[in-house]
Amino acid sequence: MTPTEIAVVALAAGGVFFTLVAVVGLLRLPDLYTRAHAASKSDTLGAVLALGAAALSFGAGVPTVKIVLLLLFMFITNPTAAHAITRAAYDQGIEPWTADEEGER
Amino acid sequence: MSAVTGLVGDVLVAAAGAIATLTAVVLYRVARGPTMQDRVIAVNVIGSNTVVIIALLAAAFGEPGFLDVALIYALLNFLMSIAISKFTVERGGII
Repeated sequence: MTPTEIAVVALAAGGVFFTLVAVVGLLRLPDLYTRAHAASKSDTLGAVLALGAAALSFGAGVPTVKIVLLLLFMFITNPTAAHAITRAAYDQGIEPWTADEEGER
Repeated sequence: MSAVTGLVGDVLVAAAGAIATLTAVVLYRVARGPTMQDRVIAVNVIGSNTVVIIALLAAAFGEPGFLDVALIYALLNFLMSIAISKFTVERGGII
């Protein structure tokens, strides 16, 4: 295997792993705000790693430039969207989860 | 541009399949989610995973035209989240 192939395989595996972390967090965490935390950070990192794998496997050319632009766009807008949704929830008066209310998840 | 063959192509298709499976699991949060913002966050995650799947399949099949679809999908996904979070608040003080 060439070093490029090894890098593509490693980046794709990292992308799948961090997407798995994001999905587990989205299903298991107790609160809207903690779920937004999982969705904004883990899912963004997984998307960036997987798009990096796709960009490396295309080689030099116009498609690689497109994927890198897509990567930068998602890197900026994914946490921004989660932040806007969370701020809308806070403005609507949804209370954050605290450790006092056990047994409810 | 030709398709990526061999191990790398298989790995890209397998990663796309794994992410698609995980995305289907997120539908549970869309159906269940107690508040509407839970559902919006889950739909946002589904959209960004869809963008990643389209880009991975574009790389695996050697079709650069799919990337334009992925780019437009990412733009629409971001606009959807911002618009929903803006218009569900009473006076829309999000932006």
